[in-house]
Amino acid sequence: MTSGVDLGRPQAQTVGSDEDVVRVRQLVRTVAVAVKLSLVDQTKVVTAASELARNTLVYGGGGTVEVTAVDNGRKPGIKIVFADSGPGIVDLDLALTDGYTTGGGLGLGLSGARRLVDEFDIQTAPGQGTRITVIKWSR
Amino acid sequence: MALSADESSRLAELLTSRATQVTQRWTEVMAGQLRGRLSQAELVRQVQELHRALTDALGKGAADLTAEEATELRAVLAELSRGQARQGFSATETASSIFGLKDALLAELEADQSVGTLRDYVAFSGLVDQMGLFTFESFVRTRESLIADQAEQLLELSTPVVKLWEGVVAVPLVGTLDSARAQVVMERLLQTLVDTGSPYAIIDITGVPAVDTQVAQHILKTVVAARLMGADCIISGIRPQIAQTIVALGIEFGDIATKASLADALRHVLRLTGVETSRRQPRREA
Repeated sequence: MTSGVDLGRPQAQTVGSDEDVVRVRQLVRTVAVAVKLSLVDQTKVVTAASELARNTLVYGGGGTVEVTAVDNGRKPGIKIVFADSGPGIVDLDLALTDGYTTGGGLGLGLSGARRLVDEFDIQTAPGQGTRITVIKWSR
Repeated sequence: MALSADESSRLAELLTSRATQVTQRWTEVMAGQLRGRLSQAELVRQVQELHRALTDALGKGAADLTAEEATELRAVLAELSRGQARQGFSATETASSIFGLKDALLAELEADQSVGTLRDYVAFSGLVDQMGLFTFESFVRTRESLIADQAEQLLELSTPVVKLWEGVVAVPLVGTLDSARAQVVMERLLQTLVDTGSPYAIIDITGVPAVDTQVAQHILKTVVAARLMGADCIISGIRPQIAQTIVALGIEFGDIATKASLADALRHVLRLTGVETSRRQPRREA
C-alpha cells in the first residue's frame, strides 16, 4: 500500500461518491502508517477523515481532500484538508453541537471528528463553501 | 482516417493474394506477445478469423471500422478482446496482437513493391489503429463488467449469517459497512432470526477497520429492528482502538451489550440462556 505514495507532497483525492469516501480512508490510513502513528491514533484519524469526507460529500455536494505528511520539528504528523464549494455552514456553533444534524445522521460527525484530532480548523460562510483542516501528531 | 474505395479494394486484394504469408507473420507476432499462454491452434484460429473478417469488410468497401460493412469485423474483434480479458491478458497484450498486423503487412509490402505504396500502408495503418483502439475499449468494457459482477458477488459473500448455538445466530462483518451492505446484513439477519426462531443475535465487527458514525448508525438500526422482532443483540469484536474512537466520537450504544470478542459474546448468551459451560477434568492416562 505504501508504495506509489510520495509522502513528500500532498495527496489529493476528489470526493464525489461513497466509493471516494472509502478511497480517502485508505489514503489517510496509508499516510498515517507511513508517519508512524500508533494504532489507536491511526484509527482515530481514519475515522475523523471518514466523517469529514462524508460531510464534504453529503452537505458540500462533493469536493476535494488533500492529505499531507507534516513535521513540526519535534514529531511527524498528518494534515488533511477537506474543501468543498457547497452552501457553507450558517451556524457553526450549532453544527458543532453533539446530536445536531440536518441530514438524518447521528449528529456526531463534525463534533466527534474535532475530538478525534489534535488540531481542527474550520473556515466557512454561507454560500462560500467549507474548508476544514485537521492535524494529528504522532506521539 | 477513412480509406478510399480504391485503397480498400487494393488492401483486400493484398490480404487475399498473400493470405498465407500475412496470417503466418501475424500469428508469429501475436505468439511473441502472448508468450505461449494461448495454444498455437487457438492463435491460428483467431488470426484466420480476423483475417477473414477483415478481408470481407474491405472487400465490401468498408471505409473505416465504424462503417456498416465492418459490423462482422467489429463482432470478431469484440469477441477476441472479451476472451482475452477473461483469460487475464493485459490490455496492452490484447491491443498489441492487433497491431501485429502492421508488421505482417509491412513485410509483404517490402517484399513486393508492386502490391502497394507507402500511402496505402499509412491508410491501412490508420485502420489497424482503429481496430486496436476498438479492442482496447471492448477489453475495458469486459473488465468493468467483470468488476461489477465481482462487487455484487462480494456483497453476497461477505454477509453470511451463521448459527453458533441453538437459538444463537451471528453475523461476522468484514470490511467496509456502507449503506448497501448494511441493508443486506439487516435483511439477512432478520430473515435468519425468523427462520431459525433464534432469540439471540451476535454482530461481530472484528473485521470492520473503522467504526464511524455511519457504521454505528447502521449497526444501531439493525439492533433496534432485531429487538422489535423480540431478539436480543450483542455487539462483539470491539478492539481497543475502536473502543477509544467510539468514545471520542461520542457514540452511545446505550443498553446494548458489547463484548471484546466473539467468544465472550457467546459465553454471555449461553449464561443468559442457562447453558452451563465448564471445563471437564482431563482424563487420566492409564
